[in-house]
Amino acid sequence: MSFELLGEAIVAGVLLGCFYAAVSVGLSVAFGLLDVPQIAHPAFLVLGAYGAYWLGGFGLDPLLAGVLLTPVFFLAGLAVYRFYHATFERRGTDAGLRGLAFFFGVAFIVEVMLILSFGVDQRMVEAAYIGKSIAVGDLRLPLRMLVAFGVALILTIGLSLYLSGTFTGRAIKAVAQDQTALALMGADPVRVKQWAFGIATGTCALAGALLIIVAPVEPGLGRLYIGRTFCVAVLAGLGSMPGTLVAGIILGIAESIVLTSLGASWAPAVAFGLLLLVLAVRPAGLFGR
Amino acid sequence: MARWTPFIVGAVVALAAALLLARFVSNEYFFFAGYVVLQFIVLATAWNILGGYAGYVNFGSGAFFAAGAYTAVALIKGFAAPLLVQIAAAALVSGLMGFAVGAMTLRLRGIFFSIATVAVAVICETVVFNWGFVGGARGATVLQPEAPALFASYTRLLFVLMALLAVLAVVLARYIETSWIGRGLQAIRDNEEAAESVGVPTLKLKLFAATASGALMGIAGAPFPLYMSFIEPTSAFSLNYAVSALAMPIIGGTASWAGPVIGAVLLGSVQQIVTVTLSSELNVLVLGVLLVAFVIAAPEGILGLYRRVAGKAGSK
Amino acid sequence: MSETLLEVDQVSKRFGGFVALSQVSLTVRTGERLGIIGPNGSGKTTLINCICGALVSDGGSIGFGGTDVTRLAAHRRARLGIARSFQVPRPFLSMTLAENIAVPLEYVAHHRSLHRADVSVEARAILALMGLAERADAPTGSLTQVDLRKLELARALAVRPRLLILDEVMAGLSPVEVDEMLVIILDLSRQGVTIVMIEHIMRAIMRFSERVICLDAGRIMAEGTPAQIVQDRDVQRIYLGD
Repeated sequence: MSFELLGEAIVAGVLLGCFYAAVSVGLSVAFGLLDVPQIAHPAFLVLGAYGAYWLGGFGLDPLLAGVLLTPVFFLAGLAVYRFYHATFERRGTDAGLRGLAFFFGVAFIVEVMLILSFGVDQRMVEAAYIGKSIAVGDLRLPLRMLVAFGVALILTIGLSLYLSGTFTGRAIKAVAQDQTALALMGADPVRVKQWAFGIATGTCALAGALLIIVAPVEPGLGRLYIGRTFCVAVLAGLGSMPGTLVAGIILGIAESIVLTSLGASWAPAVAFGLLLLVLAVRPAGLFGR
Repeated sequence: MARWTPFIVGAVVALAAALLLARFVSNEYFFFAGYVVLQFIVLATAWNILGGYAGYVNFGSGAFFAAGAYTAVALIKGFAAPLLVQIAAAALVSGLMGFAVGAMTLRLRGIFFSIATVAVAVICETVVFNWGFVGGARGATVLQPEAPALFASYTRLLFVLMALLAVLAVVLARYIETSWIGRGLQAIRDNEEAAESVGVPTLKLKLFAATASGALMGIAGAPFPLYMSFIEPTSAFSLNYAVSALAMPIIGGTASWAGPVIGAVLLGSVQQIVTVTLSSELNVLVLGVLLVAFVIAAPEGILGLYRRVAGKAGSK
Repeated sequence: MSETLLEVDQVSKRFGGFVALSQVSLTVRTGERLGIIGPNGSGKTTLINCICGALVSDGGSIGFGGTDVTRLAAHRRARLGIARSFQVPRPFLSMTLAENIAVPLEYVAHHRSLHRADVSVEARAILALMGLAERADAPTGSLTQVDLRKLELARALAVRPRLLILDEVMAGLSPVEVDEMLVIILDLSRQGVTIVMIEHIMRAIMRFSERVICLDAGRIMAEGTPAQIVQDRDVQRIYLGD
């Protein structure tokens, strides 16, 4: 591959990677910090994407739709966690298996409901920034990727600042490390975790909107994003927000290079392959706690 | 106390029944549907060896199933290999896959193994899509040979074969369950660190379960190309296999070999009916809803409910 | 002078940036009764985990009965004769009491060579030592805290250990229950089992130990007979403050 082609692939990869980071931050919180086997996270992303599509039918810009749906998803997250905690986290022996099977079932149901509601065909949205590109030097950068890049940065950095800057945010990081200590300080660990899970689910609204901005979606997309989101969350080091950004970019660049050199049919395997590699070599990830 | 005599008798009776059915039932569709149900018995039993006994959840059963199917296709295309060789090779390939995934991830927490199975499923599907020799995305046709004298059609032969495989799978599962291996797996499922501290070689046992589980899934898939006379990636790697392999044992009951059988027979039959009368999406939705419902409300499955009602303490 | 059974040499363990153990060295003689004390977070459980193989140490070596077990998997160390109880009991909840005991019997003591009925008999015999024989077929979930700890101890005994490590086995027990446990443990020692006891309950440590080690912040702060340890200024400072 020529140097120029490689350079283009890397730039595209960085943009793509920030997008991957945005769709993975929710998982970094839910799975990385809270240890919830949230295998339905990508399904919620796709749900958010279809939410943006549906609101787009009323003329709403997808980003606006994402923002509007965030509180809805947040509340849903609160409810899901409450239920999950009551049913699985407190029980005995095979709660782990059942919790995992539960989220798998939920992801599955979401996918089928989307098929029944919207059909299996791809759906997309329209916006002023979709379909155009701008020229930066010799490169042509798709505007929608730049928009996704920008929103992704805001989302990841915003969440990172929230977790380290606010009291609730720090409580969330604390509960990940030592529940008992947090309880002794007067905060209810379950409420803190519930709030965190709400935030994690809330991100799926906006991140889902990014999903449909970047490319058309179809109900089965969730399965592909299991690989991408878990790859980023694990490579980051569970629970690290800065790590999520770095890991996302690494994945984005890797996928971009494979796309350019081997073609689109091999791209889905990159995330999974990278994930397996990380699990085999350094499961604690880059910034692991 | 594990008594084998009634069990062996039951197995022989089941096989004899299968042969008799193949001889006397005239409705061909019965064998098409029956094959699918028997196939699910093997798949569900295979899943349960690792999922139910050891507690490690495989989300990618479709990959192991399809690996078996595609190994069979490769052998047919390349060597015109007989069915038994196909089955043996499928067991080897899928067993190795199970071992490899296990070796990579069974040292880590359970969820990483589960995600790795999804990874394997996607990677396998991608590889097969790009492998022209076995048909790639377009698929490949497979000719059914002439049925031997005893059978009216080749499908009936496959039906009886799958009945035999189902019996063998259940025998293996029961043996594992009632032996020291099963107790070690149960200890691992209950508390892995404690099991290790009292001398259970947890990694070795988990690897064994993963390999056995994978091999059985491959065996379930090996006759599939002949059964369909055709194979293509989308149906071979269908998510339905992954969900069914998981839902059937959980709904039937994961503690014992009987659970997957119950789940497979019940759900497999229901699936056949719903797919034909309603739609395949609805079928899959019902499966998902039932799975979630049982996981929440009846974690021990139908078997557990039955035992509770019958007042037994759970003897084997 | 009996021979050395366990030799811990310069063992360290880090978790990320946190140093849990820093070059800890100790030896345990065959048949000895060793007590280990120290405040919470001093590294006691980490030390046990390294000795038993639940954790792999970052540096140093561990020898047991002449064999280097530093990199050996935990289940192999169990087969060599190291058994432990957990700070919070970890029973096999889906099994009965007898089945809990059967697991180590099958995997360590007899390497699966015994007929199944004999395993059951032997499991009951071990449960009888703890006074749990009548509940051998009861589900584990129904046990009280005390009985869970006794089950934990019974399961460790089923390993037929040469070295038994007890991690706060008395925690949460009433004084009467503590004495009950102590009788059982001292009896085991008389039968020749080398025992290391980690405890906070000083009465138990004093009555049990021949020698006591005090750990603090990952290092050994003091070592001596129970009488010496109680007089030790560092130990007093750690437990009572200046």
